[in-house]
Amino acid sequence: MSESVTKPKRILAIASGGGHWVQLLRMRPAWDGCVPIYVTTQKGYREQVFADARESHQPTPRFYTVLDANRWQKVRLVRQLLQITWILLRERPDFVISTGAAPGFFALKIARRLGARTIWIDSIANAEQLSLSGRKAGPTADLWLTQWSHLAGSIDPERGRPHYEGAVV
Amino acid sequence: MIFLTVGTQLPFDRLTRAVDDWCAANPSAHVVGQIADPGSEGFRPQHFEWQSFIEPAEFDQRFDEADLIVAHAGMGSIITALTRAKPVLIMPRRANLREHRNDHQLATADRFADRPGVHVAHDEESVGPWLSRLLAMPERGGSPRLSPFASPQLLEAIRAFIQSS
Repeated sequence: MSESVTKPKRILAIASGGGHWVQLLRMRPAWDGCVPIYVTTQKGYREQVFADARESHQPTPRFYTVLDANRWQKVRLVRQLLQITWILLRERPDFVISTGAAPGFFALKIARRLGARTIWIDSIANAEQLSLSGRKAGPTADLWLTQWSHLAGSIDPERGRPHYEGAVV
Repeated sequence: MIFLTVGTQLPFDRLTRAVDDWCAANPSAHVVGQIADPGSEGFRPQHFEWQSFIEPAEFDQRFDEADLIVAHAGMGSIITALTRAKPVLIMPRRANLREHRNDHQLATADRFADRPGVHVAHDEESVGPWLSRLLAMPERGGSPRLSPFASPQLLEAIRAFIQSS
């Protein structure tokens, strides 16, 4: 019982490279004190997360890359899905957080089945409507946020609705 | 130095060509670009130094060296410019020209147009005039530095969720 009280929570933060990743890292202080596991599509980000952990006196994070794929690259998507499944089985995070796109969608869907709590922060790039991956992953996430107040509650209430709690910028 | 980035996923020939044309007319300008993979058919600039993809470490260095950023209206480029206090000229990709899967960059450009340090070129014709105008301004128009982290409200919402679960 004491173990469950003192054991740090494990959070897997996942996003494709570029804008989704830049937004995800802007939320990093929210999981200070947790054991972070980062997953993205570009190997070059590894040094960035290690340097940030050193500067902010956080434990050295785990870092994985998966294959990049867009929604039309079916074979690559399947390989990406398998990579993400393997990482989740190996790391067994308590939480999974994502800003998008396909890797986040996959990670949230699988993590839920493994019993993790899931967080979807819709990309700020989607100012007029929620992202496609967010519309699919959001309704089953435990915490679902949009970064635009006018999009909060814009989804069919029966499927739940995202909240607005500020933005990364 | 002016740093051009169109992200890594898709080329953005209208913007890349507009910058190349401006360089041809302004040979003393120093421009470096990440233009994504032009493939065999895509546009290859003749008047500035470019690569298809620049690794994050070098990308950061180029970004820091630049005194003006030119970019597609992608959030990664905009946020990176704002956190480093670099003025940025953005041009939105258009879905009907197959530059992106939808027109979300038009909305992004509209919503960030009022931010100090962010300038919007709505089309390729206005890129050159914008570049000349910004270069003539002190500090290229300047840009306030954005904090490296999300809004306190957003951080607290996520933190509270993690702590309460």
